[in-house]
Amino acid sequence: MASVIKVEHLTYIYGEGMPDATTALDDISFEIEKGEFLGVIGPTGCGKSTLITHFNGLNRPTRGKLYIDGEDIWADPKKIRQYRFKVGLVFQYPEYQLFEETVRKDIGFGPRNMGLSDEEVDQRVVEAARFCGLDEAVLERSPFELSGGQKRRAAIAGVIAMRPEVLVLDEPAAGLDPEGREMILSQVKRYHRETGTTVVLVSHSMEDIAKYADRVLVLQAGKVAMLDTTANIFARAEELVSYGLSVPEVTKIFLQLREMGLEIPVDVYTVKYARDTILNALARQGGGDRA
Amino acid sequence: MLRDITIGQHFPGNSVIHRMDPRAKLLLTVAYIVILFVGSNPIGLALSALFLILAYGVAKIPLKLIGKSLRPILPIILFTAVLNLFFVPGDPIFTWWVITVTWQGLYNVLVLSVRIVCLIAGTSLLTYTTSPIVLTDALERLLKPFARLHLPVHELAMMMTIALRFIPTLIEETDKIMSAQKARGAELDTGKLTDRIRALIPVLIPLFISAFRRADELAMAMECRCYHGGEGRTRLRQLHLGGMDLVLVAVCAAVFTLIGCSGMLWGLMGL
Repeated sequence: MASVIKVEHLTYIYGEGMPDATTALDDISFEIEKGEFLGVIGPTGCGKSTLITHFNGLNRPTRGKLYIDGEDIWADPKKIRQYRFKVGLVFQYPEYQLFEETVRKDIGFGPRNMGLSDEEVDQRVVEAARFCGLDEAVLERSPFELSGGQKRRAAIAGVIAMRPEVLVLDEPAAGLDPEGREMILSQVKRYHRETGTTVVLVSHSMEDIAKYADRVLVLQAGKVAMLDTTANIFARAEELVSYGLSVPEVTKIFLQLREMGLEIPVDVYTVKYARDTILNALARQGGGDRA
Repeated sequence: MLRDITIGQHFPGNSVIHRMDPRAKLLLTVAYIVILFVGSNPIGLALSALFLILAYGVAKIPLKLIGKSLRPILPIILFTAVLNLFFVPGDPIFTWWVITVTWQGLYNVLVLSVRIVCLIAGTSLLTYTTSPIVLTDALERLLKPFARLHLPVHELAMMMTIALRFIPTLIEETDKIMSAQKARGAELDTGKLTDRIRALIPVLIPLFISAFRRADELAMAMECRCYHGGEGRTRLRQLHLGGMDLVLVAVCAAVFTLIGCSGMLWGLMGL
């Protein structure tokens, strides 16, 4: 598969040359494939947020290169703005960026900055709002009258409306109730499925990553610790725990069952997979009894 | 970009001046400003400048920092200097076309410039050696007598402390909002002035909203901890005037008196 974002020996140092310079990202190289759903996990302060602000050129690498669709985005710093539209970045608590009089205008801020015609902007706003589960009626209201979950979805719609090639979300479900979490993440997943957009999801919830991501990138102290399919990542539970991370609850149960001597796979990370595994085991057991 | 802004200009250290009682420091600074105007003659100003250089030396503050704090008011100094140089009547040094430079003008320029430089450098020394929080504390203590006149001294000091406390928070917040809007293609640092001002709206509105939200939350948190104003409130940091403070005050008082009397000396020299 072709890579949409390619990171090459990227190093980022905060306050370089100052006595308190800290290396946030240390010689990182990896590729994000077109159309994949990549989960990014790592303990607090491992450089996740710093990394994603490199994807759309908000931070400039101290050393190393970043390619989007094969183009070095810092080849001409004046053109950096076009990559902001290619890689849509949704920050943590994005609802704090809402500012317009109506939700419609706010979602349209990105597309308007792209210089699109009014009709095009409006079409994209309606489409983005639909993807994020916002009614047309909500569009005419002030963003400050909305509920927390609605605000969050309006802010995400504001990025989706730019139709980015890559949608990067930093903890999009933080601080929401279980229903709100589920709603936002499943909408992101649906958007990913229906449009084929590459999605990068940063999260602290192993359950969410297990449920939605195809591949997982594990960052640890500014370095890539692992990058593999979700199943392979969660099969390495001990390593994850040593980084201060964890595995989904269901994986923990299955690991314990394995320790107790049951013959089951190590990579059980979703409830659905777990159910199938248990049913299989029971069927086998049942067959064994009869024999 | 916003990270580069230094907040206040506290320059931590452990010199005698750093450790001095902030109330004494504050009052001495005020006295120094007064004395700069009273002893506004060449001898007085020379002594004042010398005193300040010594004080910077004792506090171990590099003198080049003075340049930094002078930069914002440099235009004012230059402007008044030019006005004085060309428009003060007196004995001409030279005349060229309609411009006449006089001895009196030159004298005025020198006195004025040294006085302003000393003024800024002197007050800067106070802020270099005293953290803003300690300074507000001292201010509150010094203004306490005015509370009898129903001046809300404690409330003013608390407001100042809170404002200082929130400067870094708000800068961080601004940084975040700017990044978020840039991610949506906002152009904040390019374009014409009018465009740039308009481009600030998407930053300022969320910033104001978040500032109000924070204020609300802080008020709630303070009330939860039974804050009810200054009445009956004791302090964590008690200020004590120590022996060293008295010595320093005495030394300064002597120097200031000398500078104050320098006018007479200057007069006696018959100039």
